[in-house]
Formats: sequence, structure tokens, C-alpha cells
Amino acid sequence: MQWDLNSEKPVYLQLVEQIQAGIISGKYRPGDKLPSVREMAAQAMVNPNTMQRAMSELERDGLVYANRTAGRFITSDEELIRQLKKRYITRIISEFLEKMEQLGLNHDEIVSLIDEVSENKGV
Amino acid sequence: MSAILECRSLTKKFGSVTALNNINLTLERGKIVGLLGPNGSGKTTLIKLINGLLVPTSGTLYVAGMAPGVESKKIVSYLPERTYLPDWLKVSQAIEFFRDFYEDFDPNKAYDMLRRLNLDPDRRLKTLSKGTKEKIQLILVMSRNADLYCLDEPIGGVDPAARDYILNTIISNYNDNATIIISTHLISDIENILDEAIFIKDGNLYLHSSVDDIREKEGKSIDSLFREVFRC
Repeated sequence: MQWDLNSEKPVYLQLVEQIQAGIISGKYRPGDKLPSVREMAAQAMVNPNTMQRAMSELERDGLVYANRTAGRFITSDEELIRQLKKRYITRIISEFLEKMEQLGLNHDEIVSLIDEVSENKGV
Repeated sequence: MSAILECRSLTKKFGSVTALNNINLTLERGKIVGLLGPNGSGKTTLIKLINGLLVPTSGTLYVAGMAPGVESKKIVSYLPERTYLPDWLKVSQAIEFFRDFYEDFDPNKAYDMLRRLNLDPDRRLKTLSKGTKEKIQLILVMSRNADLYCLDEPIGGVDPAARDYILNTIISNYNDNATIIISTHLISDIENILDEAIFIKDGNLYLHSSVDDIREKEGKSIDSLFREVFRC
């Protein structure tokens, strides 16, 4: 997992978001076992307490669950992952739309520009 | 659990110069704390007071409830700004030196870290580069099972890749009962591994806060806030 922790947001939130993104993209699969907090902290180069806090947040949302003896796992609840994906994508699109509106574009212009750009990129 | 460090009205003067002014500071166990401030702000003075190398002009300082002295030094592992190991020592002899000196020193841990760095224990210190010597010194200091680690500028003289190695060494070697104080002005490099930040400005305690609280409240990284507070 590549970590990118350069924004000005609290570090634990950046970790939560990136693990969520990993779950959505399938990098973490339902039921996968996660490495220990300390290992993940060393990998992301963050404080273990911060990684612990990120895990607690994810556990609170049910995306990750802890098994007392076996460690921590990604949820197997695919419905929950679907909801997360919906929320995550909605947020990114809302942020994008807000920026486009600040630039003075209306809905139709945005849609046609999206088509144009993705055509050029061959998407 | 009791505080690992407690300073009350701590003041240190050198003649007419006040290096630290009326510092009140309590540090809990299990934290990585950044001691941040520009050159000459008093960071090293505080670390030397913790290690009993300087004596307060007024006020008090306790390490795990003890005044600095023989007993406190048993639980404080100190990385000074400059290396004090003689050049002619072999790495393995430096390890023996630490084993003799500190009951809590774990030579296996030190050799293990040397192996990961591909460092030959038979090399003499004078044949090593400045950066490698700094890494060895850090390995020795982090191989103690101390309660308080005081690292004075541990990443100053090494390249970015070695910096990552050093930060990794710090993250993976401390235990929940121990606290690590890292003094530096290279904030962006270390801020992600910190629990708490202390800003020292002209000998005064300017701020002591959890790092994520600062980011939440100010909407800024510690590096950005530092640049703002200490703008020249």
C-alpha cells in the first residue's frame, strides 16, 4: 500500500481515508487480515498511536473488526462496502462540482467537458 | 500512570542570558514528542537539564518523579547533538561499551539493526561516514529499554533515505511505556510520527499540544504553523 500523507488534515483522518480508498478499490478485500498496527505505522511512517486512532475510527464504522486473538480484519459485509463506495464517490464528485461552480460552469457545460476530456484520454 | 517528565517554573540562565524562562511542562508516557524551535531557542538546554548535564537556575524538573541524577540516568537514553564515542573504537566495541554502562542495553537489538543496515561490526568508527556514525549512535541509544529517550537533532546530518530509516527505527523500537523527545527544526520530515508538539520561542514555552489537535483547530500542518509562529 502506497501512503500519501502530505495534506494539512489530521494525520489519522488521512489514514482513514486512504484505507477506505484501499477497501473500495479492492486493494483490501473483504475478510482480509490487516498487518499489526505497529507494522502498518512503520510502513506509513506514522506514529503507532495515530494508526491506532485510525483503526478505532474504522472499527466504529464497522469497516474493520478486531478479533481478540487473531488480529484485525476488513469487514466481509459487502453491503457496507457498497455504501462506503457510494459515500466516497459522492463526496469526490461534490467537491469537484463545487470547484466547477466556482469557475462559473453550469451542469450541461460540465457534463460535455467531462465527455470531451475522457474521450481525449481514451477512457 | 505518573508523568515521565515534569517541569515546574523551570528557569535556566547563563549569566545575564535567560536560556529557558519559567517552563511548566508535563509529559505522559507512551508519546513521541517533537521539541521544536529555531536555533538558539533553548531546545538543547532543556534536554541537557533533563540529563543532569546542566542544573536549573530556579524551578524544578523531575524524571519519573526523580530529580536528575544517577537513578534517573538509568531510565533516560540520551542522543546528544555531537558524538562522544572515540574514533578508534570498532562498532562492536562501542556495543560492548554500552553493554557495560547500561543495564537496560540489549546488544541483540543493536546487532539486529546493524545487520539490517548491512554494517560490519568490525569496522572502526573513523572509517565510517558522518551519516553512518550518526546511525550507529542512534542504534546504540534506541537499543536501550529506557523510559525516556531524548534525541537531540537525530536527523540533522543524514540524507532523506537514511532519515526514513532513522524514523522507522524510532517508530518500531519504542514501547508503550516509554516517551521519546525529538528535538529538531526539520519539522516536515518528522511531524507524521509525532503525538505532541512543543514549540519553544526565545526560551519560553509557546505551545504544547497534540499534533492532530493542531491540524484540526488550525487547519495547518505543524510545519506551516511553525513557519508562521517563527517568521523572521
